[in-house]
Amino acid sequence: MSVQVLTFIIVGASFLLYMGIAVWARAGTTNDFYIAGGGVHPILNGMATAADWMSAASFISMAGLVSFMGYDGAVYLMGWTGGYVLLALLLAPYLRKFGKFTVPDFIGDRYYSQTARTVAVICAIFVCFTYVIGQMRGVGVVFSRFLEIELWLGVVIGMGVVFFYTVLGGMKGITYTQVAQFCVMIFAYIVPAVFISIMLTGHVLPQTGFGATLSDGSGMFLLEKLDMLSTDLGFNEYTSNTKSYLDIFCITFALMVGTAGLPHVIVRFFTVPKVSDARKSAGWALAFIAILYTTAPALASFARVNMIETINGPDGTGMSYAEAPSWIKNWEKTNLISHDDKNGDGKMFYSGDERNEMTIDRDIMVLANPEIANLPAWVIALVAAGGVAAALSTSAGLLLVISTSVSHDLLKRNLMPNISDKKELLSARIAAGVAILIAGYFGINPPDFVAAIVAFAFGLAASSFFPVIIMGIFSKRMNDKGAISGMITGIVFTAAYIIYFKFVSPEMNQPDNWLFGISPEGIGTIGMIINFAVAFVVFKFTDDAPQEIQDLVESIRFPKGAGEAQAH
Amino acid sequence: MAFKNEGDQKAYWNENLSLLFKLLIVWFVVSFGAGIIFVEVLNQIQFFGFKLGFWFAQQGSIYVFVALIFIYMKKMNAIDKKYGVEEE
Repeated sequence: MSVQVLTFIIVGASFLLYMGIAVWARAGTTNDFYIAGGGVHPILNGMATAADWMSAASFISMAGLVSFMGYDGAVYLMGWTGGYVLLALLLAPYLRKFGKFTVPDFIGDRYYSQTARTVAVICAIFVCFTYVIGQMRGVGVVFSRFLEIELWLGVVIGMGVVFFYTVLGGMKGITYTQVAQFCVMIFAYIVPAVFISIMLTGHVLPQTGFGATLSDGSGMFLLEKLDMLSTDLGFNEYTSNTKSYLDIFCITFALMVGTAGLPHVIVRFFTVPKVSDARKSAGWALAFIAILYTTAPALASFARVNMIETINGPDGTGMSYAEAPSWIKNWEKTNLISHDDKNGDGKMFYSGDERNEMTIDRDIMVLANPEIANLPAWVIALVAAGGVAAALSTSAGLLLVISTSVSHDLLKRNLMPNISDKKELLSARIAAGVAILIAGYFGINPPDFVAAIVAFAFGLAASSFFPVIIMGIFSKRMNDKGAISGMITGIVFTAAYIIYFKFVSPEMNQPDNWLFGISPEGIGTIGMIINFAVAFVVFKFTDDAPQEIQDLVESIRFPKGAGEAQAH
Repeated sequence: MAFKNEGDQKAYWNENLSLLFKLLIVWFVVSFGAGIIFVEVLNQIQFFGFKLGFWFAQQGSIYVFVALIFIYMKKMNAIDKKYGVEEE
């Protein structure tokens, strides 16, 4: 059977599975819709959280990024997993004990302020939209390559599936669908990695194959070979840095605190029955995430070696373009890879200097990997299904936060306090529907700035949510004025820095012009420090938070008496 | 009030904070320490086919992160029990 037919079958079967689960787990109340009735088993919740959080970027793009960045790629590996430790230790248990539905709920109640709540709602919606557009795009890329249908049709199909189970099932439907999606995703990621690891090094585990000797008889370590290839071809040594260490430090830190402040991840910890379950669930979530995140750098190095060897040929002088393997021809159709025969010798050559004739998009590394390594067609189909699962699971979680922010934080807690449970549920569903349409539109017509605003999403989460939530838990007396002024200066500083270098004067976006040499991707770290500093200075000159708020903070610091999460 | 007295409540919180502090030091040392600040020094050491600093940055730190959360869970549940503030 051809790859295309197999992809139809495998992706189609996975869609049927997701929809079947949605019908089985449809939501009856707002409680079901927002937090799955608060009764999800911690290990299942861990899987759902892992699927929610590992996006199309983790599945499709990350190994590719690491593959091209070498050591520097560690910013993503450590940044996105290290943030989980902060989340698990500093946020999740306390927010679970607090027992409300959303992050703006916590900020609004803890700082007894509608202004704080509104700022938080706007940040939450912005962060989630930024993300969801990228996911829809991911679905489109997978569909257009593997099913050879138009990109817009791919996006529309993806929208339809997500719409069906988000609107019907709410958090309950999403949670159980995400468990299934996690299994599809992780299986699809591991299978090709194991195959390639065995082929290159004879090790079953990619994590150990990564540090093993090559089985081509040279007796060289894989990474040694990669370092040698890289320097021969005019690239930086694979295991060394190109960015400055200060920048690497700041980007890693911004990604960590940004991850911990992402509203769609935090909300997952409201769905478990107990505080101790929230702790356990975070552990399982990171364990499941680590399976993919420790495989990714191994895959990245395997893919790099394979790619260089197929393009430059075994003798390293270039492979004839006429006899190029089929994956190059296939991906040329998507414009993600191209060959420009500069020296007219009819051969392809890939390098980091003026001899280079190839343009290769980093995003194809994971998707093209099984083809590069000549794996069977069903593995390729499986990777397609995995990529779609990763994109859909994350979109669903994000759409839920958007709809909750609108129906709960904006309508119920702000504009229409007397709204009935039924009407609130209806408005949540309508909001989810509208959000999907907007996301789909941008998925088909992506604005040029999508890649640039991802830095924005993390920067904002790092400089706004993370510090205020931390202060809300660990400083009893922190007041509304301190928190609001901290949040606003943090956001304004970070946003101004990113907007200046990414949109206003992109030509200035170079290390020499950066503040202390910190790139826009890492500036959230400074934004966070400013937020903390301003908040404490303002706090010093104003009154302590009122007694009832201090009592509230005392009460979230220990687990006893945590009921199910409540609207009020 | 879930605690027997205010002293207990203070002691519980202090134990919690000191646990967090210890775990976060480890968190910082394996990632920012071994993976970034001291990466070049550690890269002088060969660990199987890896340079050690590189291994911490792309593999080791992640394993430690997972372990940290489970250790936190275990210790924290024990502290809850000690002060009688665990959930029924």
